[in-house]
Amino acid sequence: MQLPAKMIHSLFLVNSSGDIFLEKHWKSVVSRSVCDYFFEAQERASEPENVPPVIPTPHHYLISVLRHRIYFVAVIQSEVPPLFVIEFLHRVVDTFQDYFGVCTEAAIKDNVVVVYELLEEMLDNGFPLATESNILKELIKPPTILRTVVNTITGSTNVGEQLPTGQLSVVPWRRTGVKYTNNEAYFDVVEEIDAIIDKSGSTITAEIQGVIDACVKLTGMPDLTLSFMNPRLLDDVSFHPCVRFKRWEAERILSFIPPDGNFRLLSYHVSCQNLVAIPVYVKHNITFREGSSQGRFELTLGPKQTMGKGLEAVLISSQLPRGVLNTNLNPSQGTYNFDPVTKLLSWDVGKINPQKLPSLKGSMSLQAGASKPDENPTINIQFKIQQSALSGLKVNRLDMYGEKYKPFKGIKYMTKAGKFQVRT
Amino acid sequence: MTDSKYFTTTKKGEIFELKAELNSDKKEKKKEAVKKVIASMTVGKDVSALFPDVVNCMQTDNLELKKLVYLYLMNYAKSQPDMAIMAVNTFVKDCEDPNPLIRALAVRTMGCIRVDKITEYLCEPLRKCLKDEDPYVRKTAAVCVAKLHDINAQLVEDQGFLDTLKDLISDSNPMVVANAVAALSEIAESHPNSNLLDLNPQSINKLLTALNECTEWGQIFILDCLANYTPRDDRESQSICERVTPRLSHANSAVVLSAVKVLMKFMEMLPKDLDYYGTLLKKLAPPLVTLLSAEPELQYVALRNINLIVQKRPEILKHEMKVFFVKYNDPIYVKLEKLDIMIRLASQANIAQVLAELKEYATEVDVDFVRKAVRAIGRCAIKVEQSAERCVSTLLDLIQTKVNYVVQEAIVVIKDIFRKYPNKYESVIATLCENLDSLDEPEARAAMIWIVGEYAERIDNADELLESFLEGFHDESTQVQLQLLTAIVKLFLKKPTETQELVQQVLSLATQDSDNPDLRDRGYIYWRLLSTDPVAAKEVVLAEKPLISEETDLIEPTLLEELICHIGTLASVYHKPPSAFVEGSRGVMHKRLPARTGSGEGTECPDVGNAAGGSAPEAAPSIIPSQGDLLGDLLNLDLPAVLLPLMGAGFGAAPAVMPASLNAPVGGGLGDLFDLGGGVGMPMGAYIPPKTVWLPAMKAKGLEISGTFARRAGVIQMELVLTNKAMSVMTDFAIQFNRNSFGLAPAGPLQVLTPLGPNQTIEVSLPLSTVGPVMKMDPLNNLQVAVKNNIDVFYFSCQYPISMLFVEDGKMERQVFLATWKDIPNDNESQFQIQDCHLNSEAASNKLQGSNIFTIAKRTVEGQDMLYMSIKLSNGIWVLAELKVQAGNPNYTISLKCRAPEVSQCVFQCYEAVLKN
Repeated sequence: MQLPAKMIHSLFLVNSSGDIFLEKHWKSVVSRSVCDYFFEAQERASEPENVPPVIPTPHHYLISVLRHRIYFVAVIQSEVPPLFVIEFLHRVVDTFQDYFGVCTEAAIKDNVVVVYELLEEMLDNGFPLATESNILKELIKPPTILRTVVNTITGSTNVGEQLPTGQLSVVPWRRTGVKYTNNEAYFDVVEEIDAIIDKSGSTITAEIQGVIDACVKLTGMPDLTLSFMNPRLLDDVSFHPCVRFKRWEAERILSFIPPDGNFRLLSYHVSCQNLVAIPVYVKHNITFREGSSQGRFELTLGPKQTMGKGLEAVLISSQLPRGVLNTNLNPSQGTYNFDPVTKLLSWDVGKINPQKLPSLKGSMSLQAGASKPDENPTINIQFKIQQSALSGLKVNRLDMYGEKYKPFKGIKYMTKAGKFQVRT
Repeated sequence: MTDSKYFTTTKKGEIFELKAELNSDKKEKKKEAVKKVIASMTVGKDVSALFPDVVNCMQTDNLELKKLVYLYLMNYAKSQPDMAIMAVNTFVKDCEDPNPLIRALAVRTMGCIRVDKITEYLCEPLRKCLKDEDPYVRKTAAVCVAKLHDINAQLVEDQGFLDTLKDLISDSNPMVVANAVAALSEIAESHPNSNLLDLNPQSINKLLTALNECTEWGQIFILDCLANYTPRDDRESQSICERVTPRLSHANSAVVLSAVKVLMKFMEMLPKDLDYYGTLLKKLAPPLVTLLSAEPELQYVALRNINLIVQKRPEILKHEMKVFFVKYNDPIYVKLEKLDIMIRLASQANIAQVLAELKEYATEVDVDFVRKAVRAIGRCAIKVEQSAERCVSTLLDLIQTKVNYVVQEAIVVIKDIFRKYPNKYESVIATLCENLDSLDEPEARAAMIWIVGEYAERIDNADELLESFLEGFHDESTQVQLQLLTAIVKLFLKKPTETQELVQQVLSLATQDSDNPDLRDRGYIYWRLLSTDPVAAKEVVLAEKPLISEETDLIEPTLLEELICHIGTLASVYHKPPSAFVEGSRGVMHKRLPARTGSGEGTECPDVGNAAGGSAPEAAPSIIPSQGDLLGDLLNLDLPAVLLPLMGAGFGAAPAVMPASLNAPVGGGLGDLFDLGGGVGMPMGAYIPPKTVWLPAMKAKGLEISGTFARRAGVIQMELVLTNKAMSVMTDFAIQFNRNSFGLAPAGPLQVLTPLGPNQTIEVSLPLSTVGPVMKMDPLNNLQVAVKNNIDVFYFSCQYPISMLFVEDGKMERQVFLATWKDIPNDNESQFQIQDCHLNSEAASNKLQGSNIFTIAKRTVEGQDMLYMSIKLSNGIWVLAELKVQAGNPNYTISLKCRAPEVSQCVFQCYEAVLKN
């Protein structure tokens, strides 16, 4: 009798046209026909991102994530925590991206053997084995053009011969014997603001998702502490495993031995219950009249609470109602584009000059004789604000212990729009 | 220079080429060839024919080549078992290699090859690797035991590997501990009764220590394992919670959710007045909110789980409504889940915001989502009474948009609103009628027809409207046909003069021209009812309908408890018990939440489900449980359906009735036991009204029945005295109740064991349950009973004191009482006077307590004692009371507040009866 197989049984990679271009089985081979259920769901979904992440089939469950327009479909046979699978799949994607620079079908096909070795190393019998990029890189060297050439000439391999040092130490995320000539530690505080603004311009909900990404290239075993001017903002945080939680609880100081290279130190969430400053406003007038085949479209943007910093890389997009045939609009700056097939309007605004507010005005032509559209378009805004974290989070100091040298330190702030939506 | 070159083929045939290359003398060429083979494998090509050639490459000191060959072996060993045996020697040799990486690799690969012959050879190397000096090898070997168990469970047990695995839980290396736990959990799953994971305070301590140090995946295994443990007491529970909470800040969402599971389960054991309990509640909200900012797939799983959590403990997220607001580019599966949770969190405090959002959603593009949003508005109206008016006007606005599916959905929910608030929003009917023609979905048509029938007297052209539906009667769905039949009968009963023709038409359509048995039966019933007794027909068809409950789709509490124990699993995503759907999960044990332990909590009510913080009364069901959409319609029918069998042949067939001559010793003993229980447990003794004659002998061919009701040790008893005043012997007694307001039903047969001779009397006590069918009666405590004997069937009605429905855990917490008192609208308050009562407040309180009326607090203001009391009815309704007693004044004033104010009158009568006896 076949006993239930635990954990992740197989993995299929499916591209946007519905072809399986890679399969990996950690247990016995599962026929790729199991993916038919996935394809059915894919067909039913109106948009690629609407494919449900958990799909039951008679004998298996399919759990999938969609990233870089590739579906990573895991096959499981028995009760497995779905989040476990989804987290693992995301980790697979991150690893591919880390190794190949991009995670595309072409990149995966070009590196198929490394991909296979990686997948084998990441999961054993369905149990995650090594998912830390530091450890993986010691086991399987990332492909570089130079190494490929060298390997071909010398016949050496891209598989590490030694047991990774970090794997079993108390700091599994860091390998020993790291050496740099320039010792540097850079931290990026990046905040994304998600917001819904209603017709009248008042905020329905706004929240900030922040992360501190680090690039640490320090020799030896440095022990870092990072403190904030206003740690109180951080009441909802998720840490990299290297952070000493007790110290944070007691003193609100981040104390950690960093992994080598790029990593996410922490992510945080500033909820809508705190007051979130809204950096941009939109004045809009989008109207359709009953019985008329014309509609009016007017949009003006302006900066709001930006703490004196400029709004950059502003991009507006909006899904206009199906009844709109075409638009005839005039941007005061930047370029605009309307796709009559998908009805997607996009306007690349660029920088906002507070003295001369950008606007987009003109008319929309509607199907003659059709009734006026029911739905109101929602306006999606993207923007960036350099050198500022919207929540006001500020690093106080960064100190290093455990090593003698003096490192270069740097902290950068940036704010971006996440899902920033204005209803009309 | 990329791997895509491995996919190119030549004309000669790929396999042929590869074979030649694999057997090449050059190392490099061999390796390239194996890579090509692997590349073919990744796209699902069958390269098993190359098995012997690839295996030949295995003996190499090149680690990469070895790994690649191992990869190949794992894939194809099963289809080539004889060949795979060739590889065994190399495996065994590699297990002795000085490089731990190779030792681990070998043992790991061997375990993956599901070939019996190989597993025999695996035992010795595995035993060594389990005790290897290198933890990396040990942790790999631990997983290997699970693999081997999967292939040959008996072998693993015989070889004693399970004991070795258990020892590894005490390993010095946290990674090894985590893997041992993972392996043991997996093995335990196929052996549900084995005591593999023997969890005791010592091993729990080890796990908690390892939890801090192992990898994120290991943490998940350990947390899931911890969740299976039941702490001895609240102190242990708290200390585990304290050590688990830091996991809530982990970056891996699976770790977070597993930690939430442990906390949700263990906090069940903590006393609620503990400070730590409140702290824990506060700590749970942020991580749940954070999960919603992750990728949509994670959000989906998180939302499904949050849906469970808000049902169990709504207080955790009650202030976080806004994070569930829908963004227009959320994937549809996220949108629908968010909507569901918004309704669950809707309350008077946030209803305005929620409604504004829902209205916004109703203008979106996605049809499924829009429909659900409209339905949600209806649910808000039903859930939050104060918002009903606003909801109705929002729905009317939406109907004005004339978007077809919006209109239909709105009409369906408006029907429910009419059911919940009868005679309140009828002014909108005109607007609804305007849209009659656009309805093409059965559910919407049926809803509209119901509305027309129900309010026929206020719609001038009701007959025309219904007639218009009648034209295509046979093309309608059953749902619409049934509804139309009932609606026209209602119309006829309300306006008999103008509609005779119409009713005849529909009755003949239903009974003569239809193949549908349900429709025919209902048609006949109406027909006979109308022709025999139009007055009775009116009473039956136009009977007052029970109210519908506030929340329709709550998960049943025991299932909810089980699902809470399975947070983070597939079961929690599908909201089904794990046993229900996963293939091969044999003998899954049902998990239950632990019971609260008693320290410092003697007075608290044990009903954990309802006691959750201040929101308990909100969760309490309203007077009548919901019976689905067709309820209004079916009820018109159910009454005759129950009465009819009572009148004759159907009686003997009723399952609850056993022929009395059949001596059922168990049942008899049970009755005795209950009798015995009467004197025990109640210090004061509940009030029992004196026996009265319910059925005089004259009306029942010589059988006289008198009786009363009592509540003894939590069991409701009907105490009957049967007297035979006729000349002949009576046998074969049986009893049945009609549906009644509180679902009272006999819990067993009527125990009259010997024939009752002339002039004999017998006392019988009949235990009652409260799980029978429910129908609102007037007066509320009226009970219609049918008693049968060998002579005939007799009917009588009696009224029971509602106090016998007061349950023993009816003591509310003070804060909850206060909050609830404020929360119940003043309209629901009723005041009564109790005259001529000479007890002081102390004595009154004691006396009332005997009948499960609990005094929660007492206050003395200007010589007047104010007693605050709570009562819980067997169907979960809470009644709050304020009793004013003034020294020297024999008149008490009592104010009663209840969400179902119709019970107040009966409750007052009980107060009077209890206090005066």
